[in-house]
Amino acid sequence: MTRIESGRDLIRAEAIHVALPDRGRRRLFGRTPQVDILRGVDFRIGRGETVGIVGESGSGKTTLGRVLLRLLQPSAGRLYFDGQEITAADQETLRPLRPRMQMIFQNPLSSLNPRHTIGEIVGAPIRAATARAALRDRVATALRRAELGPAYAGRYPHQLSGGERQRVGIARAIVGEPSFILADEIVSGLDVSTQAQILTLLRSLQRDMGLALALIAHDLSVVRVLCDRVVVLWQGRIVEQGTCAQVFAAPRHAYTRRLIAAIPLPEIDDGWFDRPEIDADIDAEA
Amino acid sequence: MVESPGATPRRAALLLRRCVGNYRILGGGSVLLLLVLVALFARQIAPQDPLDQDLIAQLQPPTLAAEGDTAHYLGADSLGRDVLSRLIFGTRVALVVAVIAGPLTALVGTGLGLAAGYLGGWVDVVISRAVDIWSSFPPILLSIMLVALLGTGLTSVLIAIVVIDWTRFCRVVRAEALKQRHMDYVDAALVSGLRPRTILAREILPNILPLCIVLLTMEMGIAIVIEAILSFVGLSISTDMPTWGSMIAEGRQVIYQAPWIMTSALAALLVSILALNMLGDGLKAEFDPVLR
Amino acid sequence: MSERILAIDGLCAALSPRGRSADGAALLRAVSLAVAVGEVHGLVGMSGAGKSLITKAILGILPAGIELTGGSIRFAGNELIGCPEARYRQLLGREIALIPQDPLTALNPSRRIEAQMTDVMRLHLSLTRRAARARALALLRDVRIREPEAVLRRYPHELSGGMRQRVLIAIGFACEPRLIIADEPTTSLDVTVQKEILRLIRDLQRRQNTTLLFVTHDLGVVAKICQRVSVLHAGMILEHGATADIMAAPRHPFTRALFAATPRYDAPAEALAPVPAAVLSEIAGAAQRFDAARRG
Repeated sequence: MTRIESGRDLIRAEAIHVALPDRGRRRLFGRTPQVDILRGVDFRIGRGETVGIVGESGSGKTTLGRVLLRLLQPSAGRLYFDGQEITAADQETLRPLRPRMQMIFQNPLSSLNPRHTIGEIVGAPIRAATARAALRDRVATALRRAELGPAYAGRYPHQLSGGERQRVGIARAIVGEPSFILADEIVSGLDVSTQAQILTLLRSLQRDMGLALALIAHDLSVVRVLCDRVVVLWQGRIVEQGTCAQVFAAPRHAYTRRLIAAIPLPEIDDGWFDRPEIDADIDAEA
Repeated sequence: MVESPGATPRRAALLLRRCVGNYRILGGGSVLLLLVLVALFARQIAPQDPLDQDLIAQLQPPTLAAEGDTAHYLGADSLGRDVLSRLIFGTRVALVVAVIAGPLTALVGTGLGLAAGYLGGWVDVVISRAVDIWSSFPPILLSIMLVALLGTGLTSVLIAIVVIDWTRFCRVVRAEALKQRHMDYVDAALVSGLRPRTILAREILPNILPLCIVLLTMEMGIAIVIEAILSFVGLSISTDMPTWGSMIAEGRQVIYQAPWIMTSALAALLVSILALNMLGDGLKAEFDPVLR
Repeated sequence: MSERILAIDGLCAALSPRGRSADGAALLRAVSLAVAVGEVHGLVGMSGAGKSLITKAILGILPAGIELTGGSIRFAGNELIGCPEARYRQLLGREIALIPQDPLTALNPSRRIEAQMTDVMRLHLSLTRRAARARALALLRDVRIREPEAVLRRYPHELSGGMRQRVLIAIGFACEPRLIIADEPTTSLDVTVQKEILRLIRDLQRRQNTTLLFVTHDLGVVAKICQRVSVLHAGMILEHGATADIMAAPRHPFTRALFAATPRYDAPAEALAPVPAAVLSEIAGAAQRFDAARRG
C-alpha cells in the first residue's frame, strides 16, 4: 500500500441518486413505482481518512455504502475510485479494483458462510492471486492482527462468539491490504464491552495500515471513537457534514440537533425530556 | 490474543465417523445395501428362475401357511412362478430406476432451480412459469401420456420420471437459492472479487447440498413408486422381467385367493422407500453443521 | 419508607438436573432486588448476565430447561414462587404486565391490532367488545398515536417499529397494573424514536403511579428514566443504589468499567476502554466460589 498523490480523493461520489422498485406496490403489468432512497448525495473520502455516515432507519445510509463499493449501481450520478470512473462499470472491470475496497458487515453470522472454515473465509479475497503456502501465512497474519490465534483458522463460524465472528470479518477485510474499508454498523449487535474491543481494534488497525475508513452507524457516539469527519443523512439527503468536533459541538441543521439531543448520555440530566427540539420540517412517522 | 482451545481434526474423517454413529444412516443405509446386494446377486440368491412357470403349483401359498411347501417360500403366482424369486429380481428394476432417474431428476431440477434463484430476472420468470404450468398437470396422467408417446421400455420410464418430477427439486432449490443470494456472505464474496460462477459453486451450493441430498433420497423413492405405478398399468418395461408394480397388478386380481403376492410386493416397496427416507433424514442431520 | 411492591430475595436459578453442566454452574446467584411503589428501577447488565431470566422468573415463564433453586419473589407481600397457575393467570396482565423487547415477534402477525389489544382487556376487566374498543382507542391516544381508528384496523407488519412499540406500551398499561416489567423496550428503535418512547413511558408511569422494572443494557437510558438501579453480571447483583449516586461515583469496578466502555460523542476517542480482563476474572472467581459453597 503506497501513499502517493495525496491530493486526489480515493473515492468521490457526485450527485448520487438511487431509486429502487417499491416492493410493497409491485404490479403485474407495467412498471413498479420507484421509491427514492438517495437523492443527490455528494461524498468524498481521501486516503487514510475516516468518515462516519450517520442516519436513522430510512436515511439511505446502507444504500450509500453499497453504492460506494459498487455493489449497487446508482440510478444517476458519478462514482470515482482513485480517479477512475466506475459508475456503470461491469463486475469484470471492477474485479481488479476489488482487493482495494473491502467491507465489514453488520451481522457477523450472516456474513460468514456457515459451511466454510474461518481460514477459508479469511482467505477468500486473496485466494485467486496467492500460492497455497503464502495464503496460509497471510491468513495467519490477518488473524493475528485481528487478535485471534492461528488455531481459529480450522474452526467454523457457529463455534465462535459474536465478538470473535466480527474479528473474523475484520481479518477478512484486511487480509488483502486494501486502501478503503466500509464498515456497515459493525458493532450494532454486540454488547458494550465487545463493542469497545472491536472499536479500539479497528482504530489501531486503521492507523497502522493507513486505511481510508467509512463507518456507517446510527450511533453518533460510535462515530466519535473512529472518525474524524462525519456526514449526517436524513431521508436520502446529506443534511450536514464536517469534522466531528464541529458537528457535535455546534450542529447547524435541525435534524442533527434533534439527533444529538436524543442521545441519552450516562449522566443525570433532569431537563433532558423537556429540552425543546425543533420539529418544524422534520416529521418522523413515529 | 484470543487462543482457540484445541484444533479440529480433518473434516472428512470426522464426518465419516459421525455418519456411522447416526442410527438413521446406519439403519437406512444397511437396508439399502442389502437391497443392492440382492439386486446384484439375484441370480445366485433366488431359489428359482423367476420366469419358470409351473402350472401344477399355481397359487400355492407360502411355506409357513397351511398348504405350502418348501419349494416356494413365499408361494407361487397364478402361473406357478416363484413369488420370492420374482420379488428378488424385481429389486433390480427398482434400484436401476432409483439410481438413474433419481440423480438425473436432481440434476435437472437443481440446475434449473439454481439458475432461477441466483440469476433472477427473465430466467427466473421463464423457469417459474414453466414450473407452475408443469405442476398443474396430474403427474400420473402425464406419465402415462408420455410413455404412450415414447413407447414402453426402461428409457421411456426414466425420461417420464425426470420430466414429471424435476419441478419438485426446482421449486425448493430456487427458494433456497433466493434466500442464499441475499445473505451477506454472498455480498462478501462479491466484494472479495469472486466470479459469479465461483460464488455459486463455493458459497451457495454447499449450503444447498444438504437439502439436495434429502430430496435426492426422497426422489429415488418416488422414482420407484412411479415405476411401480407404470408397471401396474402395464406401461413399464416390456420384457418378462418381473417388477414389483406388475406383481401388485397380478396380485390384485387374485387378492382373495392369494393375498401374499400383492402383500409381499407392497412390503418390498414400503421397505425400500422407508429405508431411503431414513437415510436422507440421517444424512441431512449430519451434513448440516449449524444443526449440530 | 415506601412500601416495597416487589421484593426479590436471594433468588437462585440453575439448569434443570438433566441439562446441568458438570461444574454445576448457576445462572442466577442470590439475586436480591427491592422496588418501592411508584419507583422506576433499572436492571442493567450485558447480554447473558441474567436480566431476562429474572423477568421470566417474576412472570412465571421460565424456559423448560431452567429451574429456580432458592430464594423468594414477593409481589405486594405475596410469594410468587410455587404460586398455583390459576393465581398467576389472574395476576399477569392485570397486576403485573410486560412490555416486551421485540415488537415484531411480540405481536401476532396474523391478527389485527384491535383484536390483540382488546383480548387482554376483555379477559381481565370483563369488558364488552364495544367498551374494550373504546378503551383501546383511548389508550392509543394516550400513547400519542395520531389516527387510532386506522391503527386498530391494521396488522402489525403495516406499522413502523416505533408505532408497534407504542401499541405494546398501550397493551402493557391497559389494565392499569401495579407493576410493569419493561424488557429492553427501546433497544430496537432509532434514537430519536427512543426518546419519544421513553418520555411516553415516563409520563404514563407518573400518571398511574405504576412501578416499573426497566431492563436495559444502556447506561444512558438508565440515567434518564430510572430512580434506582441494580447492576447485574454473571447472575449476581454487583452494585445497587440511587441512580444519581451510581452515575456520580460508581463503586464496583465492573460498574466503573461499564462506564468506561460506553462511548460518548462528547468524550475523546481515547477514553474508550473495554472491560478489563482482570475485572471479569474477579467476578468469575466470585461466581465459582458461590457455586462451590452451594454445592458443598
